[in-house]
Amino acid sequence: MKIRARARIRAIRAALRGIRPTTPRIGAQKAGSIWGRRAKRRKGIAFSDIVFACVIVFLFAPLVVLLAYSFNASKGGSFTGFSLIWYEKLFLDSGDLWRAFGNSVAIALTAALAATVLGTLAAVGTSRYGFWYRGYVKTMSFIPMILPEIIVGVSLLVFFAGVGLKLGLVTVWIAHTTFNIPFVYLLVSARLDEFDPSVVEAAHDLGASEVQTLLKVILPMSMPGIASGFLTAVTLSLEDFVITFFVSGPGSTTLPLFIYSAIRFGVSPVINALSVVMVAGTVLLVYPLRNFLKAFAAR
Amino acid sequence: MKRNYGSLYAAPQSIWLTLFFAAPLLIIIAYSFMKRDIYGGVVPQFSLDAYEAIANPTLLTVAWRTLWVSAIATLLTILIALPCGYSIARSGNQALRLFLIIVPFWTNFLVRIYAWIAILGNEGFINDALRALGLTTQSLRFLYNQGSVILVLVYMYLPYAILPLFSTIDKFDFTLLEAARDLGATRMQALRKVLLPNIKGGLVTAVLFTFIPIFGAYAVPLLVGGKDSYMLGNIIADQVTKTRNWPLASSLSMGVTVMTGIAAILFALRGRRPAQRAPEETGLGPIAAASGMPSGGQA
Repeated sequence: MKIRARARIRAIRAALRGIRPTTPRIGAQKAGSIWGRRAKRRKGIAFSDIVFACVIVFLFAPLVVLLAYSFNASKGGSFTGFSLIWYEKLFLDSGDLWRAFGNSVAIALTAALAATVLGTLAAVGTSRYGFWYRGYVKTMSFIPMILPEIIVGVSLLVFFAGVGLKLGLVTVWIAHTTFNIPFVYLLVSARLDEFDPSVVEAAHDLGASEVQTLLKVILPMSMPGIASGFLTAVTLSLEDFVITFFVSGPGSTTLPLFIYSAIRFGVSPVINALSVVMVAGTVLLVYPLRNFLKAFAAR
Repeated sequence: MKRNYGSLYAAPQSIWLTLFFAAPLLIIIAYSFMKRDIYGGVVPQFSLDAYEAIANPTLLTVAWRTLWVSAIATLLTILIALPCGYSIARSGNQALRLFLIIVPFWTNFLVRIYAWIAILGNEGFINDALRALGLTTQSLRFLYNQGSVILVLVYMYLPYAILPLFSTIDKFDFTLLEAARDLGATRMQALRKVLLPNIKGGLVTAVLFTFIPIFGAYAVPLLVGGKDSYMLGNIIADQVTKTRNWPLASSLSMGVTVMTGIAAILFALRGRRPAQRAPEETGLGPIAAASGMPSGGQA
């Protein structure tokens, strides 16, 4: 008991001085777990929980409004009665929309695949070896993530014009692969940093070749990272508007671009219905993944 | 004898990013120092025209507006995100709360903007409700001004701030707070002097991942802002697609890139100081993991 109290005081002093506590955490796997980190909560409603509740209302309000309007019998304006007319239009009378959707899916899957292959290989390389351009790889995998999309979009447009590549599905695919790579790289790297490098050494010592080690040890072990990288890439790609806006040409309209032009033409209740279908679809798709997501976020 | 395959693994990704990310940026840099060609290209001749053109009062006004809109939106986002992240971290059901935060952001980015138009527009939900209550006969104008731009920007970037803050707060050893209280600190003192310094990494990530994309915002000011809430992103896009003044678009992009670069360098410097920090301590992991959320800098 005494030791624990002393350790605590040392930690708090260190923290007050702005230094991370160096107190040995005896046998604790996760910081603070021996002290029952979540054991005590004050009674009553905390300020932070009120903020959280307000944020949830704020985040969901627009979606609820969309849901309500999607069942509205009239076009925009006040609510005149329940109707499924916009859903009917969406599914039976929206050829362009579904073509755009098809483009989006095709590009998302192929771009995510390419990014996953490139990003995973690079992550394996930089996590296990030091080599002369390792710093370059790391930097180049970080910058595209933080650079505003408009810059990436504009520079790619100028680049494609410069090399004479006609804007279309191919340029969109290249652009999407490019902005997907850093995310795959980051996620796979994080996974690779986690596992014990001696396993790989053991495989080598037991006579496995580099390719065998890669295929039988490294890749299977980093599968969670690779899978989340791929899924992230797919969703990023389905979602992207700004970059796609610059690098798409005739015949390569993606769903976000289609929605954009629909919005520009004014309120279109079909978009309400589409939004509801998309939200419902994502929730159904994502809900089973939530524990996985939490495990990742809380690591 | 173990051979070093690192450079081999990383080569494909490096080549790809050099070709489709670094090269386009270099072209932008080069173009910014060239003369404008009336047909939309550039005349390969050194000139500082494009940089002189930035110094015109209209552009400077937009640049200044972009800066303060980004600053205010970032500040608001962080102020909301801090208690929200704290609430999630201390909750008994983190998975559900994270899920609730993320779900709205798996909805298409443009659909979310569209939803706000459906709420704030002249024929939108709020005006409808006000008319129904007899409070007003005419439509109130909520959209197409600075306020609506900031509101929607905060909405868009809230999870970018919440996720890294949550993940650093979650790793925080809460017994330190109790200890601070035991040693006589008030609740606020304990939060400010013990919690805040310890979650600095997440705070910096949160600021970076909201400020930078907002600074390069394009779609939000375009769709919910008026002419007098145009931001740099809109000017760049107009210069590229409408006016076709590529050197000016390039020099403006350079300006935005330099801003981003400064922020990124500050970020890197901070990350280096107390030994090498693990990537997840900056809260980068969840951002990537949760990004079915919108991609990098979309706005």
